[in-house]
Amino acid sequence: MPEAIYMDNAASTRLDERVLEAMRPYLFESYAVATSEFGHSMGIEAKEALEGARQSLARTLRSSPEEIVLTSGDTESSNLALKGVALALAAKKGRHIVTTKIEDFPVLNSARALERQGFEVTYLPVDGQGLVDLGELERSITEETILVSVQHSNQEIGTVQDIAAIGRLCREKGALFHADATHTYRRTVHDLSSLPVDLMTLSAHTIHGPKGVGALYVRKGTPLGKWMDGGFQEGNLRAGLENIPGAVGFAKAAELVTEEENQRLRSIRDRLIDRLLREVASTTLNGHRDRRVPQNANITFHFVEGESITLHLDMRGIEVSTGSACFSRSLEASHVIMGIGGDHERAHGSIRYSLGRYNTLEQADAVVEAMREVVARLREISPLRKEESR
Amino acid sequence: MRFPYGDKVLEHFKNPKNVGKIEDADGKAIVGSPACGDMVAVYLKVNEADHRITDIKFESYGCASNIATGSIITELAKGKTIDEAKEISWKDASEALGGLPKIKAHCSVLAVEGLREAITNYEEKHGLVKEKKPTTVDEIKRRLKSVMNPLTGLDIVRGNLITDVKLEEGTVSIWVDLPENHIFAANIREEIKERIETLWDVKKVELHFREAQA
Repeated sequence: MPEAIYMDNAASTRLDERVLEAMRPYLFESYAVATSEFGHSMGIEAKEALEGARQSLARTLRSSPEEIVLTSGDTESSNLALKGVALALAAKKGRHIVTTKIEDFPVLNSARALERQGFEVTYLPVDGQGLVDLGELERSITEETILVSVQHSNQEIGTVQDIAAIGRLCREKGALFHADATHTYRRTVHDLSSLPVDLMTLSAHTIHGPKGVGALYVRKGTPLGKWMDGGFQEGNLRAGLENIPGAVGFAKAAELVTEEENQRLRSIRDRLIDRLLREVASTTLNGHRDRRVPQNANITFHFVEGESITLHLDMRGIEVSTGSACFSRSLEASHVIMGIGGDHERAHGSIRYSLGRYNTLEQADAVVEAMREVVARLREISPLRKEESR
Repeated sequence: MRFPYGDKVLEHFKNPKNVGKIEDADGKAIVGSPACGDMVAVYLKVNEADHRITDIKFESYGCASNIATGSIITELAKGKTIDEAKEISWKDASEALGGLPKIKAHCSVLAVEGLREAITNYEEKHGLVKEKKPTTVDEIKRRLKSVMNPLTGLDIVRGNLITDVKLEEGTVSIWVDLPENHIFAANIREEIKERIETLWDVKKVELHFREAQA
């Protein structure tokens, strides 16, 4: 059995050894909590480590440390953004939120939860490439709109939205803007000294950091209600024992991502896309060809079903994911693929290849070869138009 | 390595038995699942003297459990009489495979339905249907509910693709709200004909698609 080719990095990544080494002292030596800083020296070390990590994360965004609220990951960050703004502004300004149909579940289901609490939510459609129409966005914002939440890039198809333009629009119309940047943080440049974003979701698990750590960037002065009650940690916005090894690991993971690495991922991505579209008949690229994150390729192989593809690939040591209904626990086809083209067949045969630090061009070539074989084999047994797909 | 299915399911998934199409089939059916968009086609050769299944093949546009069930069900049915084969259930198939995840019932039950429909198709073609009730528009619509549109994962009736059905002196006319060059028009056309032409008192099926789109 050859070494596994893991291309499901959007779901989770392998921890980088250097991240683990950075975290180790805070697991075995300075394991006190930061709130004990006036109690003993270990508490002071813990506090310094936490604030060091916060500063380091802030630098990557060109923001200030007090604008970084550490959380348990992107799910909590997005919950805090949506529910926090709702809590702060419902009585003062209004109960309308604008988001998109293709958000990841932390945003989508937070919006749905707020709807059940009496908020009004507009779910904007996207075009065939997954892009939001700025005119439509502009028209959807009213006097009552407290928050616009549009993802920076899509979790499945990798399409990158123009968050600078969206942010400007929100500023003009007087609505706060939250961007879920789970899949773009460190894969693209975020300069929050000029980018008009008020809240931004970040996570460590997509950049070879530890699971269960993330952050919400909160621009100074952004009204945000607290909904995780307990102690006064994180600027009194998020109660709970600080995850110091996690924070240190997150900062280290962020520091380790380089533009050179992103360029390398781009070339692997392009190899996959170009070869698969050229060498396998009846394929469709999902998402925008150019406006996409460096680490995502998503292609539909028509006339075959995704779970069958992933299982055949798994037997060859290749790990990917699919938008097929058969693959999901809910038995619902990917809402993203439905959102960009609206058909079940396209979701049924869609495969997402999400790349990370440990992928290589050679692996991309091996994946293409495996795809050719697996798709041919499954089309052989498919009753749908296989004559034309050979 | 760890897989979400047992060894037997994986074996039938990797190397499915009886895969393919029988061009001069005595009975055939294509069925689809509205829940997940999977499809299965079943083809039969039957000995007319004793109604025993002499050959059976299947095709699948589906997930692993769908393919594995198609494989096992064709193995179980081969050599049985059509009356015996009709009795094969999803439970029999699941047991023969050493168990299937319950969440996969909807996609694996398709092969069982496919086998039963192919047998019904054979019976109709060979005048074995016991009660010869005259065909009604309702019966035609009921049958159209098992024709799938793979694009939506819905059958063509519930997907609102049938705009009208008329029945006059053995001629059935069906209006389909899809352009004739639609990616799956040929599949849908073939499936509709397959379902309706076999009714004993239907002489002709006329299908009207919309004009081709550029």
